[in-house]
Amino acid sequence: MTKKFAKEVSIAVAEAVAQCKVDVISAYPITPQTHIVEHLAELVNNGELDAEYIPVESEHAAMSACIGAAATGARTFTSTSAQGLLLMYETLFIASGMRLPIVMALVNRSVSAPISIWNDHSDVMSMRDAGWIHFFAENGQQAVDLIYHAYKVAEKTLLPVAVNIDGFILSHVVEPVTFLDQNLLDKYLPPLKIKYKLDPKNPITIGAIGVPEIYTEAKKAQDEALKASYKIILQAWKDFEKLTGRKYLPVETYQMEDAEVAIVIMGSLAENAMNAVDILRAKGKKVGVVRIRLWRPFPTKDFLKAIGKVKTLCVVDRAVSHGATGGPVGIEVRSALYQSNKRPRVLNLIAGLSGRDVTKEDFVEIFEKTFETLTKKPTTPYEIYGVKE
Amino acid sequence: MPKDQGLISWKELAPGMYILEPGNSKKFKTGDWRAFRPVLDKDKCIKCGMCYILCPDICYQQDQDGFFICNLFYCKGCGICAANCPKKAITMVLEEE
Amino acid sequence: MRPELKNFKGFTLKNLPEYEGFAQGHRACQGCGTVLPLRLALKALGPNTIAVTSTGCMEIVSSPFPYTSWNVPWIHVAFENSATVASGIEAAIKALKRKGKLKSKEKINVVVFAGDGATFDIGLQWLSGALERGHDFVYICLDNEAYMNTGVQRSGATPFGAHTTTSPAGKIIKGQTTWKKNLMGIVIAHNIPYAATANPAFPIDLMNKVKKAALVNGPAFIHVYATCPTGWGTKSEDSLLTAKLAVETRVFPLYEVIDGKYIINRKVDKPKPVEEYLKIQRRFRHLTPEQIAYIQERVNQEYEKLLKLAESFGETQTEQKDE
Repeated sequence: MTKKFAKEVSIAVAEAVAQCKVDVISAYPITPQTHIVEHLAELVNNGELDAEYIPVESEHAAMSACIGAAATGARTFTSTSAQGLLLMYETLFIASGMRLPIVMALVNRSVSAPISIWNDHSDVMSMRDAGWIHFFAENGQQAVDLIYHAYKVAEKTLLPVAVNIDGFILSHVVEPVTFLDQNLLDKYLPPLKIKYKLDPKNPITIGAIGVPEIYTEAKKAQDEALKASYKIILQAWKDFEKLTGRKYLPVETYQMEDAEVAIVIMGSLAENAMNAVDILRAKGKKVGVVRIRLWRPFPTKDFLKAIGKVKTLCVVDRAVSHGATGGPVGIEVRSALYQSNKRPRVLNLIAGLSGRDVTKEDFVEIFEKTFETLTKKPTTPYEIYGVKE
Repeated sequence: MPKDQGLISWKELAPGMYILEPGNSKKFKTGDWRAFRPVLDKDKCIKCGMCYILCPDICYQQDQDGFFICNLFYCKGCGICAANCPKKAITMVLEEE
Repeated sequence: MRPELKNFKGFTLKNLPEYEGFAQGHRACQGCGTVLPLRLALKALGPNTIAVTSTGCMEIVSSPFPYTSWNVPWIHVAFENSATVASGIEAAIKALKRKGKLKSKEKINVVVFAGDGATFDIGLQWLSGALERGHDFVYICLDNEAYMNTGVQRSGATPFGAHTTTSPAGKIIKGQTTWKKNLMGIVIAHNIPYAATANPAFPIDLMNKVKKAALVNGPAFIHVYATCPTGWGTKSEDSLLTAKLAVETRVFPLYEVIDGKYIINRKVDKPKPVEEYLKIQRRFRHLTPEQIAYIQERVNQEYEKLLKLAESFGETQTEQKDE
């Protein structure tokens, strides 16, 4: 039951999607997402997965077809990256506004220009206000588990869920992965039953015009649903822990109990940051890592709890928010702190753009830089780390 | 202050602002758009149903005697029925008020 | 002949279904010749139908919350992507039926209603993808020859010479400078089983084409000539007169293409001059005699091309008496 397989993470993700017995897959190829959708096509064409596979002509169409299928009561899947996400941008807001439980594997990649196929978070950050639930995976096992969770959560909240997987550095590596036993998964994720859908037996209207007398109320209802998803997510993770022993939290910590200095990060680079903690802890330095697993809805309380009594934080962003007061995560963190009496100093670095390596040695250096802010206030709201002057 | 201008509470909206009652626009009166009303001359009418099938506002319904009668709650007074009646049995008459 | 159409029984004025898929109280303009074919199509399709509508007049007039004019399940997603939303719906029906999660013995019709802007221009790629993939659905383009919903701007479907707000009849440039895009040609090039043109002035013909489109397996496309008194500057009561003249002058011939075989439904042997069609519309009132002559010549040419296609790959029919 708990047999481990060595799998490329993309292949493992595709197999997890197949295990969830999706009805409709609609996808368009883009690097580095391709291995996921290729493998799903193989599973369908080999008769190993009973699903309709729509090989659409663009990513905008990929999401459009998912919207149509989900509105008809089908369990749907798509996957994309960077430019593909931007091309489907319009429909992302419609999927959430229409409360459709679509699941997307977002294999994170830089946004052009300059054109780059490598990994950072500039694609996902462009959709942070689109009303989706966002999970971030750090390794292959999490990527697989989060797919299971995504369907569970999407279908209970009637909200779309994106599982963020770092392109190449996570999606293309071979890792040991355990799949949930199919019988257990079938119990964890029962067949999709949607009350309101496109069905001639009960004709409803989806996508009516939100006149000024109702648009505000519709947005309020959607916003409350996203907020309320928090509890459903926690419950989904608790249920999963009972089945597997694997624990998921909105914000996870590493060596934070007595940390004075911490790095805040999302995605797979957290593993390098944790290695740096080990190096520094061996030298007696009180350092830790705060890893944000749930990006939307942003778990403010969990975050504030997770940072403990740190004196200074370094938020490592993987995207630029041009003209803003920081990177997207940096802005979020500062905003969360403003709602609290805790006011550690915040250093905000933008690092690892377009797949540029941020090694454990780099993280050691980042920690050292952060220690400096204990006595010296950062001079700029954010800086781009490792840029050649 | 834009205070409480909503049609209904957000709590009462179906998820996704779906409308659950099919065809409920029939509660909406469009007859007050009308300047001219169609008047049927039953002596000329052959009950062919041309007015019924060509009405963009779905106003015509057949009565017990087989005549197609225009529902003035909806009739916008476009005059398509009169213009296309093969027997010229419908005339458009100015609404007076 | 396709097996699905072998025992086809058409509608007549005497055996029309009572069913209406579209409800009263919609907000279309007086004399709207676009909502009429929509109504007729839904009447032909019946209640076992799911409809998708692109952004445009028909979406606006039918769904201002809390009202809906739709008696069938309906979805509007965006401007350009209705063909793909329909693809998703069709795929979902297929998958759910196969897995026993959807129990419907009858075929569920999936139909798209989209304007000319949504079809000729912004949605052409989505339409092409859906036609090429072979989804079993009906796409009905309600072509009123401009972006009416946003205030009568020109589209790729706007006819030569027509005044719109973005192809105004100016002192130097007099209206639309390009000929209407040959959408049927593009659609037919996808080798779909059924394509047809239709016109609300011929309601029974239109309903029968919609029915055939629904019966064939695979994609079907209907290009509907849809009049717009507001945008074209005609009297509301002349809405269908304009439509009729479009056929009688050969401006908009009625034909079907079944498995690549052309069938002209109404052969117009003695056409009326196009001027008769143009002169009742304000959008054409600035036309010079030279422009009118050019339109007449081009209309003749296009009709001849169609005749040749029908002679080479099909048949022609003389006028039927079904209305």
